[in-house]
Parts: sequence; structure tokens; C-alpha cells
Amino acid sequence: MSGNSLFGPLDPAPDAGYADPPPRMGFFTDTSVCIGCKACEVACKEWNLVPEDGLNLLGLSYDNTGSLSANTWRHVAFVEQPLPARPAEPRVSPMGAGEREPRFLGMPAFDLPGRAGSDGGNGAGGDGPVRERTDFRWLMSSDVCKHCTHAACLDVCPTGALFRTEFGTVVVQEDICNGCGYCIPACPYGVIDQRAGDGRAWKCTLCYDRISDGLMPACAQACPTQSIQYGPLDDLRAAAARRVETLNANGVPEARLYGHDPDDGVGGDGAFFLLLDEPEVYGLPPDPVVTTRDLPDMWRKAGLAALAMAAAAAAAFLGGAR
Amino acid sequence: MTSVERRPRRGPGGDRVMVPRAEFRSYYGRPILKRPTWRYDIPAYLFAGGVAGGSALLAAGGDLTGRPALRRAGRLAALGAIGAGTYFLIHDLGRPGRFHHMLRVAKPTSPMSVGTWILAAFGPAAGLAAAGELAGYLPRRGALGLARRALPPAGRLAGLGAAAAAPALATYTGVLLADTAMPSWHEAYPQLPFVFAGSALASGAGVGLLAAPPEQAGPARRMAVAGAALELAAAHRVETRLGLLSEPYRTGKAGRLLRTGRALTAAGVAGALLGRRSRVLSALSGAALLTASLATRFGIFEGGIASAVDPKYVVVPQRERRAARGPKTSTDT
Ligand code: SF4
Repeated sequence: MSGNSLFGPLDPAPDAGYADPPPRMGFFTDTSVCIGCKACEVACKEWNLVPEDGLNLLGLSYDNTGSLSANTWRHVAFVEQPLPARPAEPRVSPMGAGEREPRFLGMPAFDLPGRAGSDGGNGAGGDGPVRERTDFRWLMSSDVCKHCTHAACLDVCPTGALFRTEFGTVVVQEDICNGCGYCIPACPYGVIDQRAGDGRAWKCTLCYDRISDGLMPACAQACPTQSIQYGPLDDLRAAAARRVETLNANGVPEARLYGHDPDDGVGGDGAFFLLLDEPEVYGLPPDPVVTTRDLPDMWRKAGLAALAMAAAAAAAFLGGAR
Repeated sequence: MTSVERRPRRGPGGDRVMVPRAEFRSYYGRPILKRPTWRYDIPAYLFAGGVAGGSALLAAGGDLTGRPALRRAGRLAALGAIGAGTYFLIHDLGRPGRFHHMLRVAKPTSPMSVGTWILAAFGPAAGLAAAGELAGYLPRRGALGLARRALPPAGRLAGLGAAAAAPALATYTGVLLADTAMPSWHEAYPQLPFVFAGSALASGAGVGLLAAPPEQAGPARRMAVAGAALELAAAHRVETRLGLLSEPYRTGKAGRLLRTGRALTAAGVAGALLGRRSRVLSALSGAALLTASLATRFGIFEGGIASAVDPKYVVVPQRERRAARGPKTSTDT
């Protein structure tokens, strides 16, 4: 076990013993074009036969799923934010068309779109005070298992149920998993979970069955805006770098990549993101580090503690008369 | 790993200084990490494994130094505890019928796999050692008579084997908890094996104090003192040296459990030292030490869970770590 197997940049499939693997495949989720339609959530459930996870109204904007779980392998987050005031300079919208910012598109409103514009127009009928419209934006992001380069879930799995595929992805074998639950607290992103009533751990497989046959994963196939892009990770990383550069140059300075960097705490994610705010705003950890980075030192500390214990017991019997 | 900044822990007069409200953003205050689905079985196993390890050492010491009461109590307690621990481990599985899938692989990157194999070595040894104690109940004649004669020496060897595996059994559980993304467990990784080693020694000593007559209990008393010192010192570091990530161990359920454990440990050690001549006082201190170990294990367990439930413990230290590294791109704020 070389140190590099636990931390740092690495191509996971050859490291896992595949002699001549296909290129590492992954997702690039560009949240700047996500429209929050949840087609990915639905397509994933349909294809993978993922059970229903409660028909809830959570009161979190349009998010009634809450988070990734054993029964949710794609999760669309909705964040409503007052838009930070910006100098009114020409910029392009995320879609690229020249526009002045901000322009309210009339999404959640009680009156007709455009009725209560920035001119402070009257609401229909005129009963009740006319509230001034604040500048506002929605962040929408489809979250998924990151298929980490250094996957803590896989490394701590005591049965070998979690394994690395030839595509560099991380998959649970449902006929092996015995529901020990160790992967759940090990994942630094809070992705994998135990399915109630089933007892085993479940998560995104990056549609191992589909991609083995050269198909696109269901979520990427269903995404109508190409917010979810699937392909060889190297290509995705290059495309993402171009995309963030374009956005930054065109007046979206807050666009940034997340999980793309092979030098980060998990050796880079197989599924990475373009975000428009800090990761924690989307429910993502700001600087995850795979726990196994410190594992050699943990074993050393445990060895010292074991020695101390043996020595103390020996001393208790040898020292003293009674 | 750069830790979060050190915060004032106690003000003058021993009052707790409030940790300043951490400013952080989150997704509707929802947890970022998944809390473990482990139920009470896992902290109960941590306790049982510790008792088994401590008792096996006590038994081996008693065997080698001619203290039959310690040997006997230690061997029987080790078998009982490891049996209970194995039950807890299997009971906690989502698919208990598949527990043997643990034996498909041996993975040094999985503390649970390592623990499985430690258990596989310790359990049968502890069983044989305990069988050696019970050999006297077998009939003198026939095949069982043969076993009656063969078991004590075999038990002695097995008992020494169990004692050799005992320190590993008692300390790997520290790695088991620390090798996760639960912030307060992971950050405590240098201390947890020492907390558990100390707790295991103290609980093994508790078995000795409960079961052995005062004239044989001397080593158990010394083991209690050593174990308590190790446990209290390491636990103190966990509760005070991890910055923001110590907070979950001082507050709420975890805080109450750990304070209870500390008080009972102190009482147990005091009773063990003062009650040299009193069987009753010795037994009471033994019970206090065992209860203390139980409370400590549940306290450490709950502390890690609390650190996963509140996203503050994920976001604030990680942002501080990122800030300390310096901005990588201009968009990092
Ligand atoms: S995100 Fe979590 S579940 Fe997915 S590969 Fe990484 S550690 Fe495993």
C-alpha cells in the first residue's frame, strides 16, 4: 500500500488493478444552466428502480427531497438569495446572450409576470400594500455521488461490497453488502446511506449498467439543458475550465469549480461542479479531506496506545508487593 | 492537519467561556454529513470489547503470578464480554444473516475489517481459556475425563494468546471511530486509542475488584489507577484541545455522559485505593469503574454524532483550513 493510494492525485482504475482500463468517466454538473426541473432525479429513480423516499413538503423552496440518500441518488438543491447589488454594467447572462443584470424573470410571484416590475408598478387589483421587488436569484444544483479518487466509503468497507469499476467509479455490490454502515459516516460528502427496511447501503452507480453498454447515465440523458454532462473526466475538466473562464470574463465573477482539482483533499472528484456561490450554500463541504489520509498515523497512534496498555498491565502485576 | 483556532476554554473561576457564535452559511441549516446509522449496539460493543481486553490481561497476569481468583474472573469476563460484543456487532448489521461477508476480505484500510480479524483471533482464544476454568466440572473418567486433563494447559496457552491480542482489541476501536468524516471523531484520532486503552484497563480492573478477594486484588487496584490516569488524561485532551471540535464533547448528551464517566472513574479509583481491606468497598469501586467505562464510550460516540448533525462543525473548520492555505483562485472568498 503506497502512500499515494490514500492521498494525492491518482488514476484510480489502474491503482485498483485494472490492466488496461477505459478512460475514467465522470460527471460535470454546470449549475449555471440548471433550471431545477428535477428531470435528473426522476430519470435516476426510473432507471435504477430507486424506491420512493417520502412525499414530503419540506418548505425549502422547491426542494422537497432534502438531500442525497439511499433513495435519492440525484438531488436538486434550490437556494433563494437576495442578489448582491452590482454595478449596472453590460454582462452576459449564464446563457450567453447580452443582457443587463439583474432582470427578474417572474418566477415565484402572486401576480402576472411583469406586472410588478422594477417601476414599482401596482399589483393587480390594488388591495394590500405594494411591496417593492428586491433583486433576487435562484441557485439550483443537482448533487450526486462524487465518485472520489480516494473514496473513503470504498476504503473502509469491510466486506469488499464497494468496489472501483474499470471506469474509475465507485459502486456498491448489493449482493455483498451486509449493512455494517461503516461507509455512511466515512463519506466526507454525506452521500451514501442505509435504506430503511432493506438494511443495505445504496448510492449512485454512475449507471454502471448503462455506461458499460456505451450509454449515457440516465440523469445526463434526461437533463434538458446539459447542466449534467457525462464523458471522459479529462475532457470534462477541460470543458469546465473553458466554461468557468467564459463566465468569469463575462461578468459572473462568482462562478467557480468545485471538486475538479486532482490536488484537493480527495484527489479530485469523478463528479465535479460549477457553482455560483460557496459550496456550503449548496450543502457541500467547503474543503473535504478523505479520512484515510491520516490512517497510517492513526494505526501508529493505536499501536502506541496498545503498547502503553500492555505495559501498564505488566507493571500492575510486577510492581508492588500486594 | 491544521486545526481550528484555539479558543478560550475556561475563564477565571472555572466558568465556561462561551465559544463565540460561529458565523457560517449552510443549506437551510441541514447537516452536510450523514450521521452513522449505528444504534446503541456500537458504543455497547466498544464497552464490551474494552472489558474483554482488560479482563484478558487481568487473567493472564493472575495466571502468571499465581492469583487464581483474578485468572478465573478475568477469563470468564473476557469470554462473556466478547460474546456480548460479537452479538452487538452482528445485531447492528442491516443484514445480520450476512455477517460472514466480513470474512471475504482482509483490508488494512478498513479498521472494521482489521477488527473482524482481531475478534476472530481473540474470541476463540478467550473461549478456550474460559473452558480451561470450567474443566473442573467435567467427569473424571472417559473422553470427558481426557478433556478435563487437557483443558487447563490448553486454557493457559489460549489465555496468554488472548492477552496478546487484547491490546489490539481494545485500541483498534479508536481507529474505527476516527477513520470517518465525523469531524470530532476524526480530529481526535491521536487521543481516541489512548482513551479506549485506559478505559479498557480500568474496566478490566473493575472486574478484578468485583470478583477477587482483597488479598489478590492488588494488581487490579494498580491497573485501575493506571487505566484511569491514561483515560482521563487522553479524554481531557479530547474535550479541550480540538478547538471548536471539542465543543460537542462538552455539551449536550455527550457532555453529560463524559462528565458522569469522569466522576465515576474518580470515585472508582478512590474506592479502590481506600478500600484495600473491604470487600464491599472494592466491589463497589469495581462496579463504578465498569459503569464509568460504559458512560465514556457512549459519551465519545455521541460527541462524534453531534459533530455531524450540526453543519457548523463541518463548515467552520474546513473554511479555516482553506483560508490558512491561502486562496487558490480569485473567486475564493
Ligand atoms: S462521495 Fe461519498 S459515497 Fe461517493 S465515492 Fe466519495 S466517499 Fe464514496
